[in-house]
Amino acid sequence: MSSDTRTAPAPQRAAKTSVTGAVSNYIDERTSISAVVKEFGRKIFPDHWSFMLGEVALYSFVVILISGSFLTFFFQASMAEVEYDGSWVPLKGLEMSAAMDSALNISFDIRGGLLMRQVHHWAALLFIASIGLHMLRIYFTGAFRKPRELNWVIGFILFILAMGEGFTGYSLPDDLLSGNGLRIIDGLIKGIPVVGTWISYLLFGGEFPGDQVIGRFYTLHILLLPAIIVALIALHLVFVVVHKHTQYPGPGKTNDNVVGYPILPVYAAKAGGFFFIVFGVIALMAAFFTINPIWNYGPYDPSPVSAGTQPDWYIGFADGALRLIPPGWEFVLWDRTWSFNIIVPLVVLGGFIVVVLLYPFFEAWVTGDKREHHLLDRPRNAPTRTAIGAAGVTFYASLWAAASSDIIATHFKMAMEHVIHILQFTTIVGPFIAFFIAKRICIALQKKDREIALHGYESGRIVRLPGGEYIEVHQQLDEYERWKLLNFNEYQPLMIRPNAAGKISSAQRVRASVSRWFFEDRIEPVTSKELERSSHH
Amino acid sequence: MANEEGGTGLVPADASVSHGRDVSAGTAVVQRDLAQNPGLPPHRPRTTDLDPKADKRSERGVSLLFYLSIVGSIGAIVSYFALPIVPDDPASVRLNTLFIGLSIALALLSIGIGAVHWGKALMADHEGIDIRHPTRGTDATRERAVEIFREADQESGFNRRKLLRNSLFGAFIAFPLPAIFLFRDLAPADNDPAELLRHTMWEEGVRLTRDPEGTPIKASDVTLGSAFHVIPEGLNETEHKLEEKAKAAVLLMRLKPEDLNVSPGREDWNYQGIVAYSKICTHVGCPVALYEQQTHHLLCPCHQSQFDIKNEAEVIFGPAKRPLPQLPITIDADGYLVARRDFTEPVGPSFWERGEYEQ
Repeated sequence: MSSDTRTAPAPQRAAKTSVTGAVSNYIDERTSISAVVKEFGRKIFPDHWSFMLGEVALYSFVVILISGSFLTFFFQASMAEVEYDGSWVPLKGLEMSAAMDSALNISFDIRGGLLMRQVHHWAALLFIASIGLHMLRIYFTGAFRKPRELNWVIGFILFILAMGEGFTGYSLPDDLLSGNGLRIIDGLIKGIPVVGTWISYLLFGGEFPGDQVIGRFYTLHILLLPAIIVALIALHLVFVVVHKHTQYPGPGKTNDNVVGYPILPVYAAKAGGFFFIVFGVIALMAAFFTINPIWNYGPYDPSPVSAGTQPDWYIGFADGALRLIPPGWEFVLWDRTWSFNIIVPLVVLGGFIVVVLLYPFFEAWVTGDKREHHLLDRPRNAPTRTAIGAAGVTFYASLWAAASSDIIATHFKMAMEHVIHILQFTTIVGPFIAFFIAKRICIALQKKDREIALHGYESGRIVRLPGGEYIEVHQQLDEYERWKLLNFNEYQPLMIRPNAAGKISSAQRVRASVSRWFFEDRIEPVTSKELERSSHH
Repeated sequence: MANEEGGTGLVPADASVSHGRDVSAGTAVVQRDLAQNPGLPPHRPRTTDLDPKADKRSERGVSLLFYLSIVGSIGAIVSYFALPIVPDDPASVRLNTLFIGLSIALALLSIGIGAVHWGKALMADHEGIDIRHPTRGTDATRERAVEIFREADQESGFNRRKLLRNSLFGAFIAFPLPAIFLFRDLAPADNDPAELLRHTMWEEGVRLTRDPEGTPIKASDVTLGSAFHVIPEGLNETEHKLEEKAKAAVLLMRLKPEDLNVSPGREDWNYQGIVAYSKICTHVGCPVALYEQQTHHLLCPCHQSQFDIKNEAEVIFGPAKRPLPQLPITIDADGYLVARRDFTEPVGPSFWERGEYEQ
């Protein structure tokens, strides 16, 4: 028994030769792995459901690697023309690329092939969705603050790469729907000034669609992008270990400690088990729900297209941005075509992405706070940040909805034009409204917290006092519950002060006004004097 | 919140809430007499800690789940053989997928739920505390790091031997350049892409044929209100079929001649109200495949650009700017529709050099 050897005194341990002990000794003498176990075996991880979002992303990526490897054994990344002769009758005898042919064979002629295709596709969708939710969690709790800014950047690059993986993978079967997606990419690229025509020409190896792009995407999809993603995930996790995980404020939790359970055994069981749960749920989805039925679309042909054409959901925001451009944004100047109907969406989306990428640095500049932050903010306790996030989400959601503008129009029996005009409005004005509402809600929640911390909950119990007075009894919180409401950071707007040369620089002026915008409306945390006073009531 | 004490209860936050000594807290402030952290709440035992029966029950439950997982794994293998895929029977594919998937899911979920339950209900649940240390290295470590770089610089002469260093930088800048040029042959070397985009398969006398069969169309076949998806005759036999089709696909419709607003110079481009327009959207190139018979509008299903056929396919809504190019048509001696010539402008999405071809 290995547990016996571990608890036994040292001299005896050397004498006893259990198999586990012998193997451990053999490995340790060649790797000094015992130091790793000593360092990390009892490392503490804090507990919260929202910390699982990143785990879901990690585990679904593992599932993607497993199912994807299976698919590569059967898939032919070639655009050579073949005649389909598989089991799916409606397409029999049709000319198609070897890629489409092999994707159909995986679906209809290989046992478990369709299951693996669907596992792969569902896992990919879950991967991107969980990264997105994980990023929202990081943002709204302020987990990107020092010292984690660089890890935010790494995570952000992973999100972009995940979308790249998604798009290249989606294109591989060379079916009608993905072919139209490629056609749109071709059109987008051609609209880029100066280099667009040539980039498209080189990407497709000649004129669209050519016979090269599937093979090239395949290399990106199974070699280049996954290699970068694996490396960045490793780096991402190294930083999690270096920084130690953040935790929510609560009794006994400070900026200088981590409260939770050790990796061995509790987290090994919970996180390890959670991998199997994620895998199991993906398997369930793949067993029950069809995804990407390429056999209904048929092989790619530049001429036909079906109504309601849409990309996979994570590309939707980009497709929606294209749809929202008003007519006529294209000009010929100096014999050259300026396609602002393409340049503007590209620049706006690029700008949005850069804003998300740089936000941690922006906030650090506004607060001037150089301390490390390991205690998370509850979103309400950082009202302006939360409101900016709400504005960003509204912007993204409007673009996303626009990718379904035709479906919205037919389902709700609206005119196409009205749907577009409404979404143009929500894209531009919506973020401002969302900002205002979110900020007010945050401040109202903070006021409520303050009220509850000082006076407790309304119990609904009305008591008549001897003097005839009626009062409602308030249920006081215990000190542990109360502390969750009290523990947050507070900032004051920056005051403009002259620098050493006696001048007020314009950078300082800007910073002061942004700081005012951030922190003008704020709720102060409860002081012990106030608490004491309220307890005498 | 007004401060009831008078004066200010706020003081600038110092580094005490964080690690490090001389770290600026920026505009952060703290209340002078902030409420105090009460410390960890007392540990609450679980039912499995108190009741040996509950403990045993959980143990049995978890092991039952692990046995169930074995059942699932074996079930998946059984399903693989018991539910083969029968050629030409899609239902067999569905059964195969469903039962292999369900069995695998059972195997995985049982392990997962069992392990998590073991962790939550049976493993010791005393919370541990790790102490954080500043992320930055200690002053001694940092000094030593700087020292090492300085020694390395001295021993190598990296900053002292400027000529050596700068020539190395130059070499580093130059060495990746060949890689960029190696990518030129991603596409054939002897073509100009803008020139290729200018021409399609259409030329004088090429018959309009049905997509995809390639059968020619008589003018009399095109009745009022009908629309034909059209490819040039001989397209199916060409070597680069899809590339040609991506440029040459055409939509053919018949309107009443009086409904057509024909601009000067295009009078003979339609044949008795039969008009042919490029099917490739001028926005980003999707096929503009949806024809609305009553209004004679064409709708692109990708980004909802709408084109008015009565007014030479001008854009009436959506992100596209240019009208769909019109293919001049007439009939040949046998009464079949033929092209008069190629399109007079490049079809499909805009590109940078396109302006050169605008008249």
